[in-house]
Amino acid sequence: MIRALGAATRDEVLAVLDTVMDPEVPVLSVRELGIVRDVLVDDRGGVTVVVTPTYSGCPAIQVIEHDILEALARAGYSDAKVRTTYSPAWTTDWIPEPARAKLKAYGIAPPGRSGEAGGLVQLMRARQAPPCPYCDSRDTEIRSEFGSTACKSVCWCRSCRQPFEEFKAI
Amino acid sequence: MTTPVPSVVPAPTPKPNALFEYLLRLGDDRLILGHRLSEWCGHGPILEEDIALANVSLDLLGQATILLRMAGEVEGQGRTEDTLAYFRDAVEFRNCQLVELPRGDFAFTIARQFLFDVYDVVLLDALTSSNNTELAAVAAKSLKEARYHVRHSGEWMLKLGDGTDESHRRVQTAVDSLWRFTTELFAPDVVDAELHAAGIAPDLAALQPKWDTLVREVLERATLTTPANVVRPSRARGGRTGAHTEHLGHLLAEMQIVARSHPGASW
Repeated sequence: MIRALGAATRDEVLAVLDTVMDPEVPVLSVRELGIVRDVLVDDRGGVTVVVTPTYSGCPAIQVIEHDILEALARAGYSDAKVRTTYSPAWTTDWIPEPARAKLKAYGIAPPGRSGEAGGLVQLMRARQAPPCPYCDSRDTEIRSEFGSTACKSVCWCRSCRQPFEEFKAI
Repeated sequence: MTTPVPSVVPAPTPKPNALFEYLLRLGDDRLILGHRLSEWCGHGPILEEDIALANVSLDLLGQATILLRMAGEVEGQGRTEDTLAYFRDAVEFRNCQLVELPRGDFAFTIARQFLFDVYDVVLLDALTSSNNTELAAVAAKSLKEARYHVRHSGEWMLKLGDGTDESHRRVQTAVDSLWRFTTELFAPDVVDAELHAAGIAPDLAALQPKWDTLVREVLERATLTTPANVVRPSRARGGRTGAHTEHLGHLLAEMQIVARSHPGASW
């Protein structure tokens, strides 16, 4: 009975987390981004949300923690806690296909696969620039692997002649 | 009754202060280099570079936060990552001297970054197999970021070295003046030895050949001359034991002034 109650709580908390959007990419929830790793419910009904940061220095993580606690408090879980884990390290491979489509519709090219081919130091970019999220052209280039936030690179579309961002694979 | 002698000698458990020292070294390298890179914010030669250097800085400061927090927990004296960053004096910092040198021109910043980034990927790669699982996890995460860093600085080494006469001259001058500071990176001392024996840290001296090969390969492709190796300095005089150049004090004065002027303040 207690176990069933815990499972019900967990599902309810996960549903609340589906409504917490990433502050930098507001079309994706923190679950879709893979930031939420687990929800733990102890035998007294206490809720702990386990999160992992995207990048070590991502300044949004504090806002995300705040938003999670606020959303849970509104749903009646005012004593919920957030715990941070670093293992396994966050990867863009955790972003599911439907979320990738949302990114593209928002104007951000979704990430490719994060596989790290070759040796320890790969100077030349082995990967192709992503297709343009606006016009789908493949005639694109990566201008800089560091963009407006830690998780995005800056690209340029030669066909529609405008810059766009890419969620970079990591 | 006497205690039976164990048939298998257990791995030596490092004294807590050795791990504390080691985490300070890892964290301080990142804190100080991150601060140096942040000085470029608003001064980059082009917008993309301004943003790139700020991004790398942010990654390093994020890593420093995690490592210094761990250091504070290992020490067990109640010091947080903020206390360690803002309320230690220069002699208590454990960063290598390479990262504290003033940022210089763009070529100097890139050359220093490249030499550090190669060291960083080699070290982090080895630390992912540390038997301290928390440190291994942080290393695995940081390594993903460091791969982006070294690709950025490495590509710039090629562009500057194999660019114009002036860019070549400037980056060669930078490499020449930075070279002697790289020997400190691979000079193990008692802390490294103790943690290596305990399976927590890699054998620092064994990492040097990997660094050497990677750095020489890129310098050669960039048409730059690799400086002759210098005599390895004694660790006793290096940043790892608190001996710093005059530049660290100036950096700390700027970095710590707000926190020290208003201790305990929050916003």
